[in-house]
Amino acid sequence: MIAAEPSRHATQVIAPGLADKHYWRDIWRYRGLFIVLAWRDLSVRYKQTIVGLAWALLQPLLTMIVFTIVFSKLAKLPTDGTTPYALMVYAGMLPWLLISSSLVGTANSVINNANLVSKVYFPRLIVPVSSLVVSIVDFMVGFIVLVALMLWYGVVPNWHVVALPLFLIMAILVSIGPGLWAASLNVKYRDFRYIIPFFVQFGLYASPIGFSSSIVPEKWRLLYSLNPAVSVIDGFRWALLGSPSPYLPGLWISCGVILLFLWVGLYQFRKMEKNFADLI
Amino acid sequence: MSHIAIRAERVGKSYIVGHNIAAADGNNSLREALTNGVRNFARKTRDTFAGRPVVQGDKVEEFWALKDVSFEIRQGDRVGLIGRNGAGKSTLLKLLSRISEPTTGSISITGRVASLLEVGTGFHPELTGRENVFLNGAILGMSKAEIAKKFDEIVDFAGVERFLDTPVKRYSSGMYVRLAFAVAAHLEPEILIVDEVLAVGDAQFQKKCMGKMESVGHEGRTVIFVSHSMPSITSLCDRAILLESGQVVLDGTPSAAILQYYKSNIDTPGSVNFSASHVGDHLVRLLSASVADHAGKPMLETALADSFTVSMDYEVLEASALPLAPNFHFMTASGDCVFVSVAEAARVLPPGTYTATCEVPGYLLNEGAYFVGLAMSSFEDGVNVHFYEKNALSFNVADPMAADATRGGWVGAMPGVVRPKLKWTVTPASN
Repeated sequence: MIAAEPSRHATQVIAPGLADKHYWRDIWRYRGLFIVLAWRDLSVRYKQTIVGLAWALLQPLLTMIVFTIVFSKLAKLPTDGTTPYALMVYAGMLPWLLISSSLVGTANSVINNANLVSKVYFPRLIVPVSSLVVSIVDFMVGFIVLVALMLWYGVVPNWHVVALPLFLIMAILVSIGPGLWAASLNVKYRDFRYIIPFFVQFGLYASPIGFSSSIVPEKWRLLYSLNPAVSVIDGFRWALLGSPSPYLPGLWISCGVILLFLWVGLYQFRKMEKNFADLI
Repeated sequence: MSHIAIRAERVGKSYIVGHNIAAADGNNSLREALTNGVRNFARKTRDTFAGRPVVQGDKVEEFWALKDVSFEIRQGDRVGLIGRNGAGKSTLLKLLSRISEPTTGSISITGRVASLLEVGTGFHPELTGRENVFLNGAILGMSKAEIAKKFDEIVDFAGVERFLDTPVKRYSSGMYVRLAFAVAAHLEPEILIVDEVLAVGDAQFQKKCMGKMESVGHEGRTVIFVSHSMPSITSLCDRAILLESGQVVLDGTPSAAILQYYKSNIDTPGSVNFSASHVGDHLVRLLSASVADHAGKPMLETALADSFTVSMDYEVLEASALPLAPNFHFMTASGDCVFVSVAEAARVLPPGTYTATCEVPGYLLNEGAYFVGLAMSSFEDGVNVHFYEKNALSFNVADPMAADATRGGWVGAMPGVVRPKLKWTVTPASN
């Protein structure tokens, strides 16, 4: 019982525009909610479906088959070295699906949880970040298939594979920045609900998924790397399949773009989150 | 001496609201629709770049839901917030629970806050009862260990043991709210903010909820409670704040605030018209009712010494052999029955409209707010209740502190429900 003992909590002051000095500590205090929300999204995701988690496999597999037919058989594009074309497509598809599904997930997370946001206080950042977990789990399921495909084709990764976790983190960071930015603006202007899927559709072809980025002429490589997904996908192929190493100046540019978006996204989110309940 | 748990200083909250004047005027030629559309688009674009929220409509206006609200709440206070719809109660709760930010002023809060603005916030229809208890608990700020410890208690309180592993979308609405309230009732914050969530479930469960709320209050926790049910306010709270158009009108005892609330409000009136709502059965229908002073003028407040009348008009729709007995149920603001009065001469009445009037003498009820339930019964052919409108009327008994107020010079509140003028004698003892 708490009874009439003096409070152990410091006094919290609520005033317009006053930055919350305990913000990051609060996020840590609410980690339980983070876990529960992530668990909720996961357990609800494939309820009342017949094949369940297999959806996480079917999507990249089917896309891989289509892309291989279109880009390799019809367009006769070259693969990276001796890597089977289908495997190269799959290794690019996997990080792209992680990026795109986290982007869509985070961008819609706040409005999808409107009932929570307008009825309970918690650090709002928990909602978009917990929505990432679903995409990461889907990625892991897809990764198992990648391993199976590599065994099937007899492709064994070299020591580059140790860098894979770095590129995985990079893939997650790529989507957080724009995701947070879109999530906060989505609360105010629902237009973003329509912009993001379009943007993702566009990104599917603007990123080297169905083809190897080596077919992009050298003089455009730097510009091409402004799309951070390019470096992530190249990095995946390099780490797993022994494809040529990512274009280094491009990698730095991608990192710069990622950090810039991360800052913009966080800034926008922090600026708007106190008014989410009024705007939603 | 308990310390201050919440201090609000000149708190204000404004919203931008839009009006659609063109639509209201009914001018809807294509040309006007187009020009309005273009103008709206231009304004929305301007707002977007200026960082203002996008509002539908062709004219925007700033609306202050709360203005200059200041108060202090000490630890252990149980404060009721009352006021009409739109008075700013819910907005104030949202600010106190940090869901939205005030536009002006500041609030300082000391202690862990839990707010219940809705029953079952975050319940997911696809998840089972068991899973939702953990989900909802976490959303309300409980740790997993805390929920696990209280899990059995929660399930027991809700009475849904058999359906724990059923998705809540298959629950009846009653089971759903019972489970949701049960989770909320087992929160143990230092400051509890509750918005009208007690109006759930059947009468028996409501009673259980009220009991739980009362015990929370008696554990020394600070409770802020919004309700339209005055009986709940008086039984739960030791203080009440009356809000009107976003401002604090009165901050004092619950009975003082309730009194003021009834004085300034017509929506819980001294007279009601039922003709639109079809209260009654095939035999008899309630038309209207009112409380009036001894001169027959409708009123909301009577003086202690004055008699007053309660009357209702009803229509007998069908000829029958049943003698109809109109009866009134007088209740205190805390929900206790003071007395029931039944018309002695129950009569068989031919179809037509009738007025039943009951005169209540002065020096019967103590000062305070009262409610009257209106009923029509018949007791031949078994007991029949043709209609019963609970707490349909309300009125206040005021004590103007006249010389004959049976106070003997005491100026504080007189306890008790009745205030009879009794015959006293004081004589020298004879021995």
